[in-house]
Amino acid sequence: MKLKKHYFEDIQLFPNKASIFWSLVAILFLAFLPGLVKTYYLSIVNLMALNILVALGLNLLVGNTGQISLGHAGFVAIGAYAAALMLKAGLPFIIVLLGAGTVAAMVGAILGIPSFRLEGPYLAIATLSFGMAVTIIIGRIDILGGRMGMSVPRIDLSWTGLKYDIALYYVFALITVIMIIFTRNILKSRIGRAFQAIRDSDVAASVVGILLAKYKTFSFAISAFYAGMAGCLWALYLQFVNPGSFNFMMSILFLATIVLGGLGSVTGSVMGAIVMTWLSLQLEKIVEIPFFGEVFVTFTGYFMNPSGIANITWVATGLILIAVIIFEPMGLNGLWLRTKRYWKLWPF
Amino acid sequence: MIAQILINAVVAGSIYALMALAMVIIYKASEIPNFAQGEMAMISTYITFVMLQVYGFSFYPALLVTILFAFILGFLFEFAVIRRAKDPNLLGYIIITLGFQMVLFGLAGWKWGSDQRTFSLPFSSSSVIFRTDQYAITEHNMASIIIAILVMAGLYILLKYTRLGLAMKAIQQNKNAARFNGIPADRIMGFSFGISAIVGAVAGILVAPVSTLDPTMMWDPLLKGFAAAVLGGMKSLPGAIIGGLLLGLIENLFGYYISLEFKAVVAFAIIILVLFVKPSGLLGKHYTKKV
Repeated sequence: MKLKKHYFEDIQLFPNKASIFWSLVAILFLAFLPGLVKTYYLSIVNLMALNILVALGLNLLVGNTGQISLGHAGFVAIGAYAAALMLKAGLPFIIVLLGAGTVAAMVGAILGIPSFRLEGPYLAIATLSFGMAVTIIIGRIDILGGRMGMSVPRIDLSWTGLKYDIALYYVFALITVIMIIFTRNILKSRIGRAFQAIRDSDVAASVVGILLAKYKTFSFAISAFYAGMAGCLWALYLQFVNPGSFNFMMSILFLATIVLGGLGSVTGSVMGAIVMTWLSLQLEKIVEIPFFGEVFVTFTGYFMNPSGIANITWVATGLILIAVIIFEPMGLNGLWLRTKRYWKLWPF
Repeated sequence: MIAQILINAVVAGSIYALMALAMVIIYKASEIPNFAQGEMAMISTYITFVMLQVYGFSFYPALLVTILFAFILGFLFEFAVIRRAKDPNLLGYIIITLGFQMVLFGLAGWKWGSDQRTFSLPFSSSSVIFRTDQYAITEHNMASIIIAILVMAGLYILLKYTRLGLAMKAIQQNKNAARFNGIPADRIMGFSFGISAIVGAVAGILVAPVSTLDPTMMWDPLLKGFAAAVLGGMKSLPGAIIGGLLLGLIENLFGYYISLEFKAVVAFAIIILVLFVKPSGLLGKHYTKKV
């Protein structure tokens, strides 16, 4: 095994030639994807991209800093509404994107201030109630459309000379790739190491001179920034925002995403978001699967209520959550690392 | 009018207190905040509903079946899910209970659909048993308070005077020491989950007639119960009761005097404020973490 001798070797983006190669393959794949698949699949990729953004931010907070948040849908909602208002005002997209993130980050910092005194279940209930409160408050404000929500105008992408869907896909992909690299760099920096020290032992971290209040608040703010950006993309994606969609279950699904992917790893966030998005779309049309779907419908007809068949999504997601914690607490990332280690020595 | 507000506050507060008690029983025994509590109560309430409407049981046998079901559900949750996890941290436990919550939510929606049903009990919320020009007490109000007091008294007797209660207190203090003294700690833990599920189920049966019976009916009571438990200190049973009543009182006073629309939010705002001032809750003892 090769040992790292210099700090530079730890922080460089591409540690070896293979990683350059695979990154190039990934970039090329993303670049040529619109030519390969239908527009419908591009919208799925867009959904994956915004889930990746939330997962990256949430994983920084939960996986790397060890602070539990059950209210991330609240940050997404704030970002989405901020973006919707700014887009209606006709601001340019890049300002809207950063603005939505910044608004969410400021709220995150405010929420982070009480949270540095709380831990465990107390933090869970505080963030949970934050998430609930945000949607209730938004639903009562008339300028935001109340419970009915509001529509979001399209952004102007005609200068690219592409169809709107394809141009939007490139926007989503570019933002996601930039944020993945950004996250990875945060984790390799002083801030990221401070986060991990706090996660492993906050007392030890404060003894070596890490300001707990500062870094915990910071972690909340960064995490909320990601969620706010994802909210902006969400508003663009659906062209409509309403408070009902940012409910308690959405927050739990975000948590489920990073648990499935693997806590505390960027690869895990990406894998978790991709698999979770794909899975929830597949589960929605479970009755169309050839043999299994029929068995399923018959079973439902005999014992269950046919109108509630969509609820199988919840059952499956819940079972996945339980199974991940019981069988593979590291998530997909752990599985991936183990597979890699196994094949490294494969023939022997 | 203030008398009516107080009555509503005590009724809401006793339901929150029951949910908080269910939460605290488990948290004291295992340090797990059980997010599946609400859904377990919801499923149990559906069992009562099915017993009453489909199989035509009268109320008390249906209640008995529900209590038995709730106990088995809680015990199975501990036995089949919680116990199988290999030494997870707090986040892992939260994820497991959230996962179980989703499974139950999905199963209930799958079995009974998401349409709202009306759920009627022998004590209805429309017939008034006592009325002055200032206030009115309905049968449901009276029954809620009486049942809550009965459950609390039952818990007190259970913990104070029975061997099971003694064993539960022993594993709450130190699981390994209890095990060395011959207490079957795992089984007692399962019983704790079962008893907690019963308390939750009673809360669910009391909630259903005033709201409606649908799979999301316990979300709000769960969060309020959780908030009440946090307010009283997660490890204190009297704290849970006081927290529940206090929460009901604050919420109803705020709803009447300031704003009905933001009634649901104020409870959470107050929780965050209380936690900011006293992070271990009103009656909780603050432990400094040993390193």
